[in-house]
Amino acid sequence: MSASSTAKSMTIGESGLALIFAVTAFLCVFAAAKALDPAFAFHASLGAAASAASVFVILNRYFERPAELPPQEINGRPNYNLGPVKFASFMAMFWGIAGFTVGLIIASQLAWPWLNFDLPWTSFGRLRPLHTSAVIFAFGGNVLLATSFYVVQRTCRTRLAGDLAPWFVVVGYNFFILIAGTGYLLGVTQSKEYAEPEWYSDLWLTIVWVTYLLVFLVTVIKRKEPHIFVANWFYLAFIVTIAVLHLGNNPALPVSLLGSKSYVAWGGVQDAMFQWWYGHNAVGFFLTAGFLAIMYYFIPKRAERPIYSYRLSIIHFWALIFLYIWAGPHHLHYTALPDWAQTLGMTFSVMLWMPSWGGMINGLMTLSGAWDKLRTDPVLRMLVVSVAFYGMSTFEGPMMSIKVVNSLSHYTDWTIGHVHSGALGWVGFVSFGALYCLVPWAWNRRGLYSLKLVNWHFWTATLGIVLYISAMWVSGILQGLMWRSYTALGFLEYSFIETVEAMHPFYIIRAAGGALFLIGSLIMAYNLWMTVRVGEAEVESPVALQPAE
Amino acid sequence: MKPILAIENIASSLVTTLWTPIFVAIFIAIVTYALWPRNQAAFDEAARMPLRED
Repeated sequence: MSASSTAKSMTIGESGLALIFAVTAFLCVFAAAKALDPAFAFHASLGAAASAASVFVILNRYFERPAELPPQEINGRPNYNLGPVKFASFMAMFWGIAGFTVGLIIASQLAWPWLNFDLPWTSFGRLRPLHTSAVIFAFGGNVLLATSFYVVQRTCRTRLAGDLAPWFVVVGYNFFILIAGTGYLLGVTQSKEYAEPEWYSDLWLTIVWVTYLLVFLVTVIKRKEPHIFVANWFYLAFIVTIAVLHLGNNPALPVSLLGSKSYVAWGGVQDAMFQWWYGHNAVGFFLTAGFLAIMYYFIPKRAERPIYSYRLSIIHFWALIFLYIWAGPHHLHYTALPDWAQTLGMTFSVMLWMPSWGGMINGLMTLSGAWDKLRTDPVLRMLVVSVAFYGMSTFEGPMMSIKVVNSLSHYTDWTIGHVHSGALGWVGFVSFGALYCLVPWAWNRRGLYSLKLVNWHFWTATLGIVLYISAMWVSGILQGLMWRSYTALGFLEYSFIETVEAMHPFYIIRAAGGALFLIGSLIMAYNLWMTVRVGEAEVESPVALQPAE
Repeated sequence: MKPILAIENIASSLVTTLWTPIFVAIFIAIVTYALWPRNQAAFDEAARMPLRED
């Protein structure tokens, strides 16, 4: 290490970020003192504390580190940056358990309403967005951060771009989750489904997300591998589109810069259309494109087989991109939205069958020549079953977008069942499979602590999903049929409360399914924890490796 | 009065009236690229990328 003679100095990133956070801390203290509502004061205080902590961490990191930043390569091999990957993996598991738990609570509230406890903070209306955001954005988002930062490094054969930037992305994103989640409990919401966080959280997320895009893009640009692997295309589509959707759906005018309340810029049916253009593409690009990227890296890797058809992956990627963006209006059938827009949404949703099944076929057929591994490797089984669920829910979705089907299914539990076969079966299982692969790789372990426990997780969760979705199918169709049945005299046959009563047994079955899914995730957390704690190291650290001669 | 032949008018009318054929043409170009026989070897190589360890 002859180069250590160079004098140690702060990078522009370190000094700049420390300065920005110091200023932010002061602004937040001021905002907390002058805040118009207690929730805003609380969030400003959190902002002040987090900013001050960031200044401390950045300076401390600077004093602790050697004069030079970590090298791009060690002994000719890329020096991968796994810190942010580990952090996001840990947070994914944490938020996953939290989100599944809140899901179980609200499922139980629907079965036994006294579980609301008659308190505002624990009412269904506040816990429901907490559940959806925790599972989609906190759990799913951290899985996407962890896997994208891992996959882009490995497939580009280069270290992640930036020194502090990747840390800013993973920590900043989780701070957004904290602000959003505590806000819901305190009643802070802009009442847009899956986009509930208020203006200040939205602004913060914008900064974090643009940094994410830059870190990812610059890593791709400085790649050592000439070809950009298909998973990186999917990740990039996910990052870019989420940025566009977030900016399109959330323009709002705050009542005051010192209060949490704001008014959304769009009004009436335009607002509804913007909301579901956002909402459905959040499904298409967050919950589909991002997780298809996981499929395209982790399934070939785990099965030790090449992708079945790389050509199909290119075609279905672009078909997905061209079609998904038009499907949103199917959320607004039989509303004030013009009929032609509804029909357009329906038509594009039906066309989405093709690229969706293209992806599913490609994922499943990647196992050709390795089907026997499904018997012995529960992690691979989890990944493959997730793709099967992807195929099933992307069959069901277009079918439900057809107007006559939608006239029965809309506003019923069928929708909830559909969403959960996609969320638990596809997104959940592909995430679990990816984390089961990623944790041993990132922590440099030979393998998982116990494959037997993965098997237990697989079967508990599968049983949970089956209970959940079949209960919701029966409940939803029953509900839809009861709502639309008339007597011979033309009166509605059932009062609303009669339909609620009819739902009760299915709500209990659903809660039981959710409980099984949660138990599975607890088994997983224990398994991953033990993998990190007591697992055997796979190889010596690359620094210690010396050429044999 | 806006000039009728301004660049932005031409561009915006192109996009608003011709976006369907433009998108279809782009998509056909992508499919052709994906199915072009000479690209087969490169794609077979790319399909193995996750399996190659450094």
